[in-house]
Amino acid sequence: MTRTIHLSLDINGKQHELDVEPRVTLLDALRESLALTGTKKGCDQGQCGACTCHVDGKRVLSCLTLAAQVEGRQITTIEGIAAEGGDLHPVQAAFIENDAFQCGYCTPGQIMSAVACIREGHAGSEEEIREYMSGNLCRCGAYNSIVAAVREAAEMAATGVAAKDKAEVA
Amino acid sequence: MGVEGIGARVTRKEDKRFLTGKGRYTDDMTVPGMKYAYFIRSPHAHAKIVNIDVSAAKSMPGVIDVLDGKELQADGIGNLICGWMIHSKDGSPMKMGAWRPLAIDTVRYVGDAVAIVVADTSGEARDAAEAVVIDYDVLPAVADVTAAMRAGAPQLHPEAPGNLIFDWQIGDPDAADRAIASAAHVTEIDIVNNRLSPNPMEPRATLGIYDSAEDHYTCYTTSQNPHVARLVMSAFYNVAPENKLRVIAPDVGGGFGSKIYIYPEEIVCLWASKKTNVPVKWTSDRTEAFLTDAHGRDHISKVRMAFDADHRITALKVDTIANLGAYMSLFSSAVPTYLYATLLSGQYAIPTIHANVRTVYTNTVPVDAYRGAGRPEATYLLERTIETAARELGLSPAELRRKNFIRSFPYQTPVIMNYDAGNYEASLDAAMQAADWNGFSARRANSEARGKKRGIGMSCYIEACGIAPSAAVGSLGAGVGLWESAEVRVNAVGTIEVLTGSHSHGQGHETTFAQLVAGRLGVPIESINIVHGDTDKVQMGMGTYGSRSGAVGMSAIVKALDKVEAKAKKIAAHLMEASEEDIVIENGELKVAGTDKAVPWFQVALASYTAHNLPSGMEPGLKETAFYDPSNFTFPAGCYIAEVEVDPETGETDIIQFVAADDFGNIINPLIVEGQVHGGLAQGIGQALLEAVHYDENGQLLTASFMDYAMPRADDLPSFKLSHQNTPCPSNPLGIKGCGEAGAIGSPPALINAITDAIGNNRLTMPATSMKVWQAIHAAH
Repeated sequence: MTRTIHLSLDINGKQHELDVEPRVTLLDALRESLALTGTKKGCDQGQCGACTCHVDGKRVLSCLTLAAQVEGRQITTIEGIAAEGGDLHPVQAAFIENDAFQCGYCTPGQIMSAVACIREGHAGSEEEIREYMSGNLCRCGAYNSIVAAVREAAEMAATGVAAKDKAEVA
Repeated sequence: MGVEGIGARVTRKEDKRFLTGKGRYTDDMTVPGMKYAYFIRSPHAHAKIVNIDVSAAKSMPGVIDVLDGKELQADGIGNLICGWMIHSKDGSPMKMGAWRPLAIDTVRYVGDAVAIVVADTSGEARDAAEAVVIDYDVLPAVADVTAAMRAGAPQLHPEAPGNLIFDWQIGDPDAADRAIASAAHVTEIDIVNNRLSPNPMEPRATLGIYDSAEDHYTCYTTSQNPHVARLVMSAFYNVAPENKLRVIAPDVGGGFGSKIYIYPEEIVCLWASKKTNVPVKWTSDRTEAFLTDAHGRDHISKVRMAFDADHRITALKVDTIANLGAYMSLFSSAVPTYLYATLLSGQYAIPTIHANVRTVYTNTVPVDAYRGAGRPEATYLLERTIETAARELGLSPAELRRKNFIRSFPYQTPVIMNYDAGNYEASLDAAMQAADWNGFSARRANSEARGKKRGIGMSCYIEACGIAPSAAVGSLGAGVGLWESAEVRVNAVGTIEVLTGSHSHGQGHETTFAQLVAGRLGVPIESINIVHGDTDKVQMGMGTYGSRSGAVGMSAIVKALDKVEAKAKKIAAHLMEASEEDIVIENGELKVAGTDKAVPWFQVALASYTAHNLPSGMEPGLKETAFYDPSNFTFPAGCYIAEVEVDPETGETDIIQFVAADDFGNIINPLIVEGQVHGGLAQGIGQALLEAVHYDENGQLLTASFMDYAMPRADDLPSFKLSHQNTPCPSNPLGIKGCGEAGAIGSPPALINAITDAIGNNRLTMPATSMKVWQAIHAAH
């Protein structure tokens, strides 16, 4: 057998133990060792964005990240962004409303990128969203709807914050 | 029409699983004992295999086995085939060279599969592949289609002298020559349609499972047509009889044509599963996808279009050479013939058309249908030619088109197709209005004042969808019928399963098909499940391509629903002691028209299964099957207008606006139709501005990653202005024409017409990259 290492990974708030070869990427560890197949492999070369996950809240390409690199850090995948009770994340809901995908394969990566794009403050205009979502390929060509969904979710997030701010002021 | 019925803007039923990472694609499947495959592929475009030594690889860690083509052949597995027979104009059949699933003597393109490694992990399979020693005797290769036709070119198949597969024609060559000789004006143009890689985001994958207890095979695969895969693997490749082979195409992450075909990997993994007695999964990596997924387009053509003194088109003569790659893929022969030359009349009344098509082998991956398949090639050729003619004649491109439009239907073209309905002028007018065509000169002046070059271009496309009447395609060489099937299964509690031979890989069938049923019966959309993609569940089907699922697949559902409704009405009439003719189905109830008597839908369903009180002689149950064979193709059409601004300093093209005015017939769900148009436009704009497959002179693929092959990204595309001018299709019960390919067909010529208008040089090939545009600007001045 090939040599393996033991890892303990914090994924979506749960601790996972696994033994993998040192060369195994976060993407392969999620898909092949942990049955978290929501994260997709579109190119395995960091060029399509389908494997986008969050590490400590920032978007990373899990195909270019070794599983061993992210021990002790907080990993979030597409399986971890809806509420515990099953309520969709506002970005997921906006994707349905705007028909922001077709075959669904790039969608987990698009959503993870979109959540981060909004969090980074890069969803201020359609042009900015296009630029900051340009790392995520969609061959079905749903870009215009994706941009509309991100815009809608960003506006909701901004309004939400504003409402909270108002409440605090009051 | 209910709120969830036909025409409603219903959000998709299938969305939630895709949004939450719970879609189930082939590579997501895991079964107990499953192992991983890696294919060893030729690094050479053309070579003899001298020796394969797998001994070192077999002893590598985790390796189960390493198998090659000789073992595959010894077990009787057959060659891959092309399923559409084309005869050359001399009457000889097309020259189909042998395509082994694993090459034995000769490899003919970079990526040709030679051997398979099965190991515990994908990493170990790759490691072991490195240890397989293959001695090749490298042969001269040819990747370029013109070079492949020259005397002395490397020969790919002994069956095909000169690498010529067939030399086919349609129409009357002499009549075309006569019309051209007597024309007032003849426009001549050379047209190149660039080679593309389909690149669905989900790479191809397959999981082969052999069950020795039952001597039964299961094949999970990324297919647009699982039943066709089963048929072909059974009838031609001798993998297993159909009753011993189950093919499942679960969620499929886009196809665009490239997942119609049966590739070597499905066959080899099924066979390897039996040889090794473990389930074998293979997933393509992206470079493998570039190397081995069937490419699209790759035509070069010489065109002559003749006009009389009144600017009416009198003839079109086309000479096309199509590159089909190293082997004939499943439908490759139909694409540059019956899916291409039969559309060369476009939207125009052209009395005489002749097209000659030669197809040629090269040391490149096989070429087959990609989104639009032949129809984009026909439209690009025709719309570039008529635009060029307008410029030569000093006429408005809109008015030259308008003058030549077909205006009365049905219209028999000289190239087989019989157009049944359309209103081309309506789309032209709508598009010109949406684009503010008349205001263009002011906008151009504004651009010029800023040092930019502005151009506007249009394209009036037609396509043939809803493939196809079985007897008609059979007479033209198709190896299969192209009907579709459906079963409507009403459960005892009134919920409904619709089993369809169509396959959804992004088209939203789970929603649109359910809308049809919900609208007809007045039951909630949540009570309807659409079942597809599994040969053990669904009766025979022909799958999804060429926008056939609405026009053909849904028509089959309509037929099955008709039968279900007829039986339900009989039962309801019996229960209410009314006349069958007086029963109407509304809002989930069967009512006696004009009275307040009604029974709920579920009660009729229950009565059919309890069978306590059925009309005398009626069989229990409420489940009906139907097969629908279309009587004609459908003919979506439209007008697209692109407006661009080019920076003369850099050659960069900015799409200022893009207008699409389409006639798709009746629309089931506007939301989904808009998505399909957006997607087609993205791929068409990709072809026009960004995408091109490049091989070097040795047949090495230079564009084998997303860093080398430019796919459209979010910041490459403009917003689109869409509108519809629909004329219902008269040949199917729902009046549907189809919308899947239109965007990819209509947009490339509109863009190139716009860019060439902007730069004042008509000599420009796709993709119109900044470099090519910059060079064309400088060549023009």
